[in-house]
Amino acid sequence: MSAREEMLARIRAATADIGGRPEVPRRYRPASRGPGSADEALVGLFEERASDYRATVRRCAAGEVARVIADAAAGRGAQRIGVPDGFPTEWSASLPGAVGPPLEIAALDALDGVVTTVAVAIAETGTIVLDTGPGQGSRAFSLVPDYHLAVVRTGQIVGAVPDAVAALDPARPLTWISGPSATSDIELSRVEGVHGPRTLDIVIVTD
Amino acid sequence: MTFLGMPTAPRGVGQLRQEAPFPVAAARALDDSQLRRNLRHATSTIRAKRAAAVAEVPDWAELRAAGAAIKDDVLAHLDRYLLQLEQQVTAHGGTVHWAGDANEANQIVTGLIRTTGQSSVVKVKSMATQEIGLNEALAAAGIEATETDLAELIVQLGHDRPSHILVPAIHRNRNQIRDIFLREMPDAPPNLSDEPAELAAAARAHLRRKFLAAQVAVSGANFAIAETGTLAVVESEGNGRMCLTLPRTLITVMGIEKILPAWRDLEVFLQLLPRSSTAERMNPYTSMWAGAVEGQDFHLVLLDNGRTATLADPRGRAALRCIRCSACLNVCPVYERTGGHAYGSVYPGPIGAVLSPQLTGVADNPDLPFASTLCGACYDACPVAIDIPAMLVHLRSRVVDDKVAHHRGPTPEAAAMRGLAWTMSDPRRWAWALRAGRAGRLLGRRYGRIRHLPGPLAAWTSSRDLPRPPRQTFRDWWASRDADGERENRS
Repeated sequence: MSAREEMLARIRAATADIGGRPEVPRRYRPASRGPGSADEALVGLFEERASDYRATVRRCAAGEVARVIADAAAGRGAQRIGVPDGFPTEWSASLPGAVGPPLEIAALDALDGVVTTVAVAIAETGTIVLDTGPGQGSRAFSLVPDYHLAVVRTGQIVGAVPDAVAALDPARPLTWISGPSATSDIELSRVEGVHGPRTLDIVIVTD
Repeated sequence: MTFLGMPTAPRGVGQLRQEAPFPVAAARALDDSQLRRNLRHATSTIRAKRAAAVAEVPDWAELRAAGAAIKDDVLAHLDRYLLQLEQQVTAHGGTVHWAGDANEANQIVTGLIRTTGQSSVVKVKSMATQEIGLNEALAAAGIEATETDLAELIVQLGHDRPSHILVPAIHRNRNQIRDIFLREMPDAPPNLSDEPAELAAAARAHLRRKFLAAQVAVSGANFAIAETGTLAVVESEGNGRMCLTLPRTLITVMGIEKILPAWRDLEVFLQLLPRSSTAERMNPYTSMWAGAVEGQDFHLVLLDNGRTATLADPRGRAALRCIRCSACLNVCPVYERTGGHAYGSVYPGPIGAVLSPQLTGVADNPDLPFASTLCGACYDACPVAIDIPAMLVHLRSRVVDDKVAHHRGPTPEAAAMRGLAWTMSDPRRWAWALRAGRAGRLLGRRYGRIRHLPGPLAAWTSSRDLPRPPRQTFRDWWASRDADGERENRS
């Protein structure tokens, strides 16, 4: 018998005494604030919660994105900025050192930073989620460079974790990001900036 | 009670067994005042943070109930969910391997790495690979495994063992970590201070080239969704993202109980886990992938290693609900004082005391179910409501049953209990025994307490004092009080 058959036989013998299917009580707060539903309070909550985890958050109108991004990158001293396929060209127009894909790992390592869009943002936890869709680049793209600037449209902000789970596609590679990389491994005191981008800027664009 | 046909985790491989009896290992740990200071500082910090992170969620009790029920569903239909997961991962271009125990899993992973022609791998922190001793097995095969989680790196460079599920180097303070880095990390700056930020920066510099050049990574998994084939790794530092994303080959070793039935179930567990473990609203990074993505080769190794034996005990199987958050360690008065090494297993603390003896069989970890005061703090803290105290009591009876089954004639403990039952089953015998107990006053006359009992009873007083028996037994006092009362009534 193969290991597979053996394990399955053991599992069936071990669970033979369990009858029926237990009902899962889902009395917790259900998904209720999906994409496109964010009001001013929810946008404010996302801004506050993302800032709590040391992301720097800016808000601007649609027409100001290019300038705000360029200013933010300049403020970080980032010259060579990676811009992924599908990132709105009007948003990257003011970046002087924009570098386009495809980029190998070594080329990514030579960048000062990257700009991306996001798939979804979660207000309650201050989280952005990337799914490698248009404007987001590969998983490595938003990982290797030390500086990540993410542009979030207000229509992409959802209320809580259940809303994000409902909005995302489980077949796509997903990266959930809450603040810059961090560790609490030394005496459980939090240090920002380990292996992932040490600086995370978020620009919220009013739809 | 034994579960025939259910092999436990094999001996001689991995890290699930006590090397010394818990009382001996605990006494050693208690003598280390630096260790106790480090642990007290760390556990009290995380306890306060966790309480705040949980209090912020208005529906925590409902999430916890849902989490427990989802995991019970997984356990009840584990065969079906594993087959569904296998089908989904395969459909998305991954390869699924089944490992009955630690040796089989180590062979599978070693073989997969050899096929790539590589002789080094980077690793994401993973309890399952610690449990099976994968690093040692790879080293024996000439493959170098580099731990990339900061705490695991501290443990690996310190030639040490992990002592906590979430923060394996919790027993080390910043000074000790700096010393380890200066000694073991050739590229550490010579003027390295003990500031956590500087220490983290040194680890970043040390590992960065390895990440960028790595061809093979080995990871664990926090969740695997049967319905969609999606795997999830929850982390903080970005070392997980580096390992899961950059190498061409990814090998994930996962305990079979890590499954969740549906994609939607993540809405429960992505709230329960971060707040219970690192006490954050959300951990910095969570990576999810279904099968082989972005041109990678993906292999999933499904590990039993005593889990089906655990599943076979109706009163012990709920230990498999565990999502490895480590909240029970941080609230445990025993763990806070002894630290994780005293438990001998990679799973320390309250969950370890119920999980390790079930994975190995109680005969191989007979002290662990007794390494608890049964105070119940672990049950309160558990995000999937594992009734650890009740399970400890159940496992204590399994340990005793096992001893009786393997002992010729009655054990001393069983003989004593039988004698006690005989004495307590008759009121006259019991009253006589209590009066006879007053002889113990002789032992306690010097200190007002009994510090050492004679003969085999000495084991009881090796770690505690006994109160000196009173001059009068309660029953005698009650009888005399009744007599006095009647006199008063008459007068």
